[in-house]
Amino acid sequence: MSDVAISVESLSKRYIIGHRHSKQDGIRHVIENTIRAPLQWLRKRTDQKNSEREEFWAVKDLSFEINRGEVVGIIGRNGAGKSTLLKLLSRITEPTSGRIQIDGRVASLLEVGTGFHPELTGRENIFLNGAILGMSRVEIRRKFDEIVAFSEVERFLDTPVKRYSSGMYVRLAFAVAAHLEPEILIVDEVLAVGDAQFQKKCLGKIQDVSANQGRTVLFVSHQIDSVTRLCKKTLWLNQGKLHQFGPADAVCHSYLSLDSIAGAKRHWPDQRKAPGNEWVRLESVEASSEQSTTDGFPINKRVFIKATYTVLQRGKVFVPNMHFFAEDGTLIFISHDWFSGWKNTPRPAGRYETCFTIPANFLSEGRVSVKLAISTYRPFQVHFEEPDVVAFTVVEAEDGETSRGDYAGHLPGIVRPIIPIATRVL
Amino acid sequence: MSKLIIEAGRTERQYWRDLWRYRELFYFLAWRDLLVRYKQTVVGVAWSLIRPLLTMMVLTLVFGKLGKMPSGGVPYPLLVFCGMLPWQFFSTALSESGTSLVTNSNLISKIYFPRLVVPVSSVITSFVDFLISAVFMVGMMVWYHFVPPASALLLPLFVLLAFAASLGVGLWIAALMVKYRDFRFIVPFIVQFGLYLSPVGFTSSVVPEQFRLLYSLNPMVGVIDGFRWCILGGEHLLYLPGLAISVAGVIVLVTTGIAYFRKTERTFADVI
Repeated sequence: MSDVAISVESLSKRYIIGHRHSKQDGIRHVIENTIRAPLQWLRKRTDQKNSEREEFWAVKDLSFEINRGEVVGIIGRNGAGKSTLLKLLSRITEPTSGRIQIDGRVASLLEVGTGFHPELTGRENIFLNGAILGMSRVEIRRKFDEIVAFSEVERFLDTPVKRYSSGMYVRLAFAVAAHLEPEILIVDEVLAVGDAQFQKKCLGKIQDVSANQGRTVLFVSHQIDSVTRLCKKTLWLNQGKLHQFGPADAVCHSYLSLDSIAGAKRHWPDQRKAPGNEWVRLESVEASSEQSTTDGFPINKRVFIKATYTVLQRGKVFVPNMHFFAEDGTLIFISHDWFSGWKNTPRPAGRYETCFTIPANFLSEGRVSVKLAISTYRPFQVHFEEPDVVAFTVVEAEDGETSRGDYAGHLPGIVRPIIPIATRVL
Repeated sequence: MSKLIIEAGRTERQYWRDLWRYRELFYFLAWRDLLVRYKQTVVGVAWSLIRPLLTMMVLTLVFGKLGKMPSGGVPYPLLVFCGMLPWQFFSTALSESGTSLVTNSNLISKIYFPRLVVPVSSVITSFVDFLISAVFMVGMMVWYHFVPPASALLLPLFVLLAFAASLGVGLWIAALMVKYRDFRFIVPFIVQFGLYLSPVGFTSSVVPEQFRLLYSLNPMVGVIDGFRWCILGGEHLLYLPGLAISVAGVIVLVTTGIAYFRKTERTFADVI
C-alpha cells in the first residue's frame, strides 16, 4: 500500500458564466436560442469574439499529493477555489480535466447539517444523515451511543431538530460525520459556528482522528490560527491555482503578511471588467491608515477606505455602502453614505471619490475584509456589490493609548473601543 | 480499501457499484418523506385515502350517474376505484419524483451519492400510499360482496408496469426540472389532463375501436386496463395489441429516462 492518500494531477474545473439572455435557462430561451443558433453561427464565423459566454476557471491546473495521516489546511481568499476543490474531491461535481486518485473512503462535511430534516427528531436525523453520508444501518446503530455522547444532546434526542439551538445542531451534525470513520475526512468551515468549547472538542477529535487512527484530514478555514494549530501542512490557493504548499507555519505566515499589505489596494485597469452596471462603475478601492506599519494598521490610528468610481449617466442618487467583516466571517458593521452632501442629490456623470473613515480604537485586532456596494434607495436598486474589495489587518499599537492597557493576553471580540468607565467610592 | 479515480467522464464505472453501496439510502429517503409528509396535519395518513375517495365519488357521479357510461357489470364505484388505484400512484409518483431533485438541492450541492436514489425513493414513497389505497380497495370489494377472478394473481405484473411507468416519466421530469423549472408548471397539467385522458372514470371499451391502438400510446391505458382485468374480470377483457404498445412504451420511457438522467446527472450540482 502506498503512502499517498490523495493525488491530484493538473486538475481543472471550468464554469461558463452566462451573460444576458444565456443566463436564463427556461424553455422559452431554449426555443429562442435554437432559432437564433444558425444566425449566431454565421455571426461567430465572421466575428470570433464571443461576448455572451465567458469562461471562468474556478480551479486551474492544480497538482499536489497528500500523504496518509496528514492534516492539511486549505486557505485562500473568498473565490480562490477552495470550495470547488472540495466539491471535486468529494465527487459532487465533475472536473473539466485532470485527474484525482483517492485511496479510501471519503466523507465530506461541507456544510453543517446538510441532510438534516428540521421536522425529524435528533434520533431520526442521526440515522438519516448517517445514511446520506454513506453509513449502513448496522454501522449507525453500533456507533449511535458514541455519537449521542459526543454531541451532548441526550436530553433532546426525541425533539425535532428545528427546535434545537444552532449550537446543538452543529454538535449533532459534526458528531455524525466524525464517527463515519472515513479514511479521508474533508471539513469546510464547520467550526465557524458553535461555542469555543465545542470548537476545541472538534479540533481535538480531528487531531485524534489523524494522529491515532492514521486518517487523512483536509481542513478549510478562514481562521488562520486554527489552521496553524491543527495542520502540519497547508495548501494556499489563489485564483484557482496552487500558490504555496508546505509547512503550515510558513504558508500561513506569508498568507497573512501578503494579505495585509497587498490586499489593502485594489484597482480595475480594465473598466469593462470592473464591478458596476450602466449607471456606475468601480475604479479602485484603497485602505490606508494614519500610520501604516509592515504588520498592518495600528489599532489606535484611524483607517481610511477610499473608493473611486465613475458615474456614467445622470439621474440617480447613489449611496455607497461598506460592510466590514471579521476574519471568521462575522459582520462587524455596515455603514452607508447618508450624511455627506449627496444624500438626496442625483449626481452628474463624472468621477467621484468617497472616503469612509473608521475611528481609532474601534476595530479589534485581526483581519478585516470590506465589501463595497453602491445602491440607490428610491426605487431600491443595487448597482454592484463586491465582496472582499480590500482587506487589512489591525494590529496592536506599539505606542499610545489603547483599551488593552497593560494586559498582555489574548483579547477576543470583534470591536475594541475605549469606552468611558467610572468608578467611585460609595 | 477502495481506490477511486476521478476524471472527466469517468464516473460511469463506479456508478452502479456506488448505487449498490448506497442501497439503504433508498429506504431512508422514502422513510424520511413518509415521516415528514403528515407531520403537523390533523388527520395524518388518512389524507392518502381521502384524496382518492373524493375523486372516486366525483368521477362516479359525473361518468356513472350523469354520463350513464357502461360499467361492464360491476358497481361503478368499484370500476372507478380500480382505475384510481394505479392512476393515483402514477400521478403522485410523477409529481413527487419530478420535484424531488429540486427540493433536495441542498443535498445535491453538498454531498455525493448516486443521484438516482432521490427520484426512485420518491416513487417508493408514493408506492406506500398505493398500498394503503389497495387495502381500502379490498375493503370496498368486501362491502360489495365482490369476489375477484383468478386473474387477480397476475396483478403484481401490472403493479410492476405501473411502477416502471411512474419511474420512467419521473426520471425524465426530475432531470429536466433541474435545468428547466418550467416543468414545475407543466407537471400539474399532465396530472390534471391525464386523469381524463386515461380511462380512470370510464372503461377504455367506450373508446371507438379504430382509435384504441392510438389510445394505448398512453402507457397508463395498458396499466389501468390490466388492473381492471385482474381485479374485476368479467367483461373487462385485455386488449392485447394495446397492452403490447403500452409495455413497449414503458420500456422505452424507463431506458431513455435512465440514460438521460445519467447524462445530465454530472452537471446537477453546477446547475441546480
